[in-house]
Amino acid sequence: MTVTHPSDPYNEVAPASLPAVTAPSRRTGEEDASVVSARPGRRWNWLLGLIVPVGLAVGWEIAVAAGLGDGRLLPPPSKIIATLSALAATGELLSHIVATLCRVALGFVFGVLAGTFLGALTGYSTLARALLDPTLQALRAIPSIAWVPVFILWFGIFETSKVILIAVGVFFPIYLALSGAILGVDRKLVEVARIFRFSGPEMVWRVLLPATLPAYVIALRAGLGLGWMFVVAAEFMGASEGLGFLLVDGQMTGRPQTVLASIAVFAVLGKLTDWLLAQGSLRFLRWQDGFNPTA
Amino acid sequence: MLTLSNLSKRYSNGHLALSGIDLSVGPGEILGVVGGSGCGKSTLLRLISGLETPSDGRIEIGGSPVSGPRDEVGFVFQEPRLMPWLSIDDNVAFGIRHLAREERDVRVREALVRVGLAGFAGHWPRELSGGMAQRAALARALVGRPQILLLDEPFSALDALTRNDLQEHLLDLWAYDRPTMVLVTHDIEEALALSDRIVVMQPAPGRVQVTVTPPLSRPRDRASLEFQEWKRHLLAELHHSFVRPARQGDERFPAAAI
Repeated sequence: MTVTHPSDPYNEVAPASLPAVTAPSRRTGEEDASVVSARPGRRWNWLLGLIVPVGLAVGWEIAVAAGLGDGRLLPPPSKIIATLSALAATGELLSHIVATLCRVALGFVFGVLAGTFLGALTGYSTLARALLDPTLQALRAIPSIAWVPVFILWFGIFETSKVILIAVGVFFPIYLALSGAILGVDRKLVEVARIFRFSGPEMVWRVLLPATLPAYVIALRAGLGLGWMFVVAAEFMGASEGLGFLLVDGQMTGRPQTVLASIAVFAVLGKLTDWLLAQGSLRFLRWQDGFNPTA
Repeated sequence: MLTLSNLSKRYSNGHLALSGIDLSVGPGEILGVVGGSGCGKSTLLRLISGLETPSDGRIEIGGSPVSGPRDEVGFVFQEPRLMPWLSIDDNVAFGIRHLAREERDVRVREALVRVGLAGFAGHWPRELSGGMAQRAALARALVGRPQILLLDEPFSALDALTRNDLQEHLLDLWAYDRPTMVLVTHDIEEALALSDRIVVMQPAPGRVQVTVTPPLSRPRDRASLEFQEWKRHLLAELHHSFVRPARQGDERFPAAAI
């Protein structure tokens, strides 16, 4: 703080440059937020997000009805809804959804566990980082689909290979974000823990992980997104049920409405699980002094 | 209580921050360390706390050598350094995690009352002002009942009113357990108001220039003639010690303001 001392002779020429020295604080961001966002309308903000998809759907419906669009290759929403309700009526839809959700959930859990453990380890320990990080980074560079043949070879055609493929997809964003975020944790906070003689695991659990929680939550969401991406790849490689199977089935049997129906379900489920994750993490992030912690 | 003998610290970049420090601090004594920027005051505290290891010399606490951070040593940094993800009471309890839950709760409550933050137990650090955050940091350091409390310019980032208030408050807190305190500051008045003994350090490399024991009675009256006289005396000492690399001969500013 001596830098800003008004009577510091070494800084008597500095005042003009002083504001530049202090980094833009998060407080500034908070003030911006109160200026920018119209608070009273916030409750209905989510409705704004519906305008574009609903508008597109209605537009397409009208275009097909008016004969302006090809309803056979790109079926109108009414046809997709009809397909979905037919699938739902037989219970087929539910079993596809459950199959896919189970795969994503399992793959996500394993991916998160491995990503968290190795990310924390390489972030905390210089030795572990030197030892493991180059290998993991090289593995990360491999396109996910390239794993499909070997996973089938090693783990068979059934669930194991699918869950592992999804876990691999979930693993990397979490590993990368966590190990990077730990390296960026404020040294000053780490020193406080050192003064209180925290052990290595205590330091990770009580300081490094909480400090990186905001980045970690983002990584979880990115990981979940990749999990949804990889479940399609996994179900493409041979499945008898699941939304990915439904998609391939629609393609094979020449029913674009089935393909689009499963795509629509993917969109809804992906958005829903991401929302649940974001909402679930909010209560752990209330301490943040950020731009807009409720976003 | 605390003995430093021939203590030196050379950083890995070759910079000699401290050279040949000999000091001894008695139990319950408040030692003020003053000096300009770069005279190694903070390095001295970091060595005593065990955050850094000396290049040469010895540090002993109660006769046993220091090789790293210890339970009986508390540290108050220049910034509050509260964990932003913990509420104030959890922050205060941060260092006494090994105690039983009931004992911990009692101590935290007591510490918060002592520093005047009783109503803020459940608040987040971001909701506290600078002075309040530093009070919480004081509570965190004191709640473990350290025998030695190290303070590294603890009030320098605060405004003058809050600073005076906290200085007086620190003495009240000290009176409970009477820990040995080493207070590093660049504020001569702060050092005079609080310390039993004052070490003036000189830079490049950091070493002890002079140690004084102002015979001022407590509580200290900052407006008294004696206090002002000592302040002038110490300012002169500091002025004398301070080597100005860039502006030799510029006498318009007292060095103590740095």
